[in-house]
Amino acid sequence: MTSQRLVELQKLQKRYGPLIAVDDVSFNVSRGEVLGFLGPNGAGKSTTMKIVTGFLAPDAGEVTVCGYDLARAPLAVKQNIGYLPEGAPAYPDMTPAGFLDFVAQIRGLRGKQKASRIDDVVEKVNLGNVLHQPIETLSKGFKRRVGLAQAILHDPQVLILDEPTDGLDPNQKHEVRTLIKAMASEKAIILSSHILEEVDAVCSRAIIIAAGKVVADGTPAELEARSREHNAILLTVRGSGEDVSDVLRRLPGVKDVKLLHKDGDLRRLHVFPKPSQSILAAVSRTVGEHQWRIEELYVERGRLDDVFRSLTTKHQAIS
Amino acid sequence: MSNIWVIFKRELTGYFATPIAYVFIVIFLFLSGIFTFYLGNFFERGQADLLPFFSFHPWLYLFLIPALAMRLWAEERKSGTIELLLTLPVTMTQAVLGKFLAAWAFTAIALALTFPIWITVNYLGSPDNGVIVAGYIGSLLMAGAFLAIGSCISAVTKNQVIAFVISVVVCLAFILSGFPMVLDFFNGWAPQVVVDAISSFSFITHFDAITKGVIDLRDLIFFISLMALWLFANAVLLEMKKAD
Repeated sequence: MTSQRLVELQKLQKRYGPLIAVDDVSFNVSRGEVLGFLGPNGAGKSTTMKIVTGFLAPDAGEVTVCGYDLARAPLAVKQNIGYLPEGAPAYPDMTPAGFLDFVAQIRGLRGKQKASRIDDVVEKVNLGNVLHQPIETLSKGFKRRVGLAQAILHDPQVLILDEPTDGLDPNQKHEVRTLIKAMASEKAIILSSHILEEVDAVCSRAIIIAAGKVVADGTPAELEARSREHNAILLTVRGSGEDVSDVLRRLPGVKDVKLLHKDGDLRRLHVFPKPSQSILAAVSRTVGEHQWRIEELYVERGRLDDVFRSLTTKHQAIS
Repeated sequence: MSNIWVIFKRELTGYFATPIAYVFIVIFLFLSGIFTFYLGNFFERGQADLLPFFSFHPWLYLFLIPALAMRLWAEERKSGTIELLLTLPVTMTQAVLGKFLAAWAFTAIALALTFPIWITVNYLGSPDNGVIVAGYIGSLLMAGAFLAIGSCISAVTKNQVIAFVISVVVCLAFILSGFPMVLDFFNGWAPQVVVDAISSFSFITHFDAITKGVIDLRDLIFFISLMALWLFANAVLLEMKKAD
């Protein structure tokens, strides 16, 4: 049952007045998947998450979590989800200890089981030192950890995290990502982000949403492959004689060559392949044949940034 | 049921974790003392009862209860914790009741702390303690009705000042609806049924009846059904408007 579908969204729709916040969004998330939910601000990421967690009712569409229909069994769905809302809200005058105790009780944990679950998450997110300080006095990083602790307290099958690393410093980001990766195998995790490196770092799959619509769905590598820079070669050579750019441009798989820098016989070039072609072999063979000296050769994987930008802005078509 | 209790406990401890509890209780005791002794002429009347104490409660509650109720939902909205609370496995009814009951229990604590005046009046004379108990019950019921109104209004805004001001106005309407000046205004043109209906909504009428020592089932039903109605509206409005 490794590919068990834990979250299913079907044709979700949500309007705010004339604005369509979520437009016909459907996808599934299985156990073991970490789904990165990407999109510019206001694209409908948070709204979708609020619908799945039962905070907002959709105008149309269905949500099923762990086999429970959200509309018919909202409490069963909520019991199976751990949710970190945007900004990690928590009661400011409570201490993390009091807050986690409250959430644990609402989640139906009592006695020894409650104590051991709280100890467990406090250790996992490293809250030990601030356990008895009011939450309002904590730093942003600690507040985020309190929110995370609250979300994983009942060891839910489904974890929904709205911008879990927003506002954290690089070390804290790393910690949170490590934590997410450690839990990934036994849960279905959805996390939203607009930090693209994060998706590369933790997600097994990414969905890009723009203006309420899903515009891309695939592994981070698949999405990167849609970039113009995918398999492009950054090349710096020393060579005289025939113009390097012209020679390379004549190669069958090459779409375009851009001269970035020229200094005497030193040339820095950006070689773009035709879609889904690998040109590394051809380029290196040609360089060898002409006995140019390679100073630098680098194959680009493609930039998620570019894919993201081209998919989420209308005027820029993807090449 | 257990969820109501968990929310209730969290809310009630919340009052005492902040200065709200202490400020509220001190001001409540201080003002009720002033009203009773200076405006109510507690000593000069020379009667062993707590009528001057209770008769000012509607006016005391008019400002203090909305101040207590304004944060109930407005604060949850403002801090975003409403999203947390309502995505936990609790029903809307449990959330509304848990918060309301905690606020009500808190006013009960404040009211209970006025016990020295009960001791005083028993020391000075021999009052009818049954009437005094009835007065306390009536006062608590009226506080609950004010709270339910405040809670409902607090649910539609994230601005506590707005919640406070509107609650005061609505509560004032419920107090004044039995007053001659209000009723005279309607008397000229509205049918008698309407005038009676308006006057029957007066907190004062129902409260006075109870403080006289007569706990009439109709007065109890009035306050309890009023609470139920406002809390129901609270839950419905919250469901509708929780996103904005």
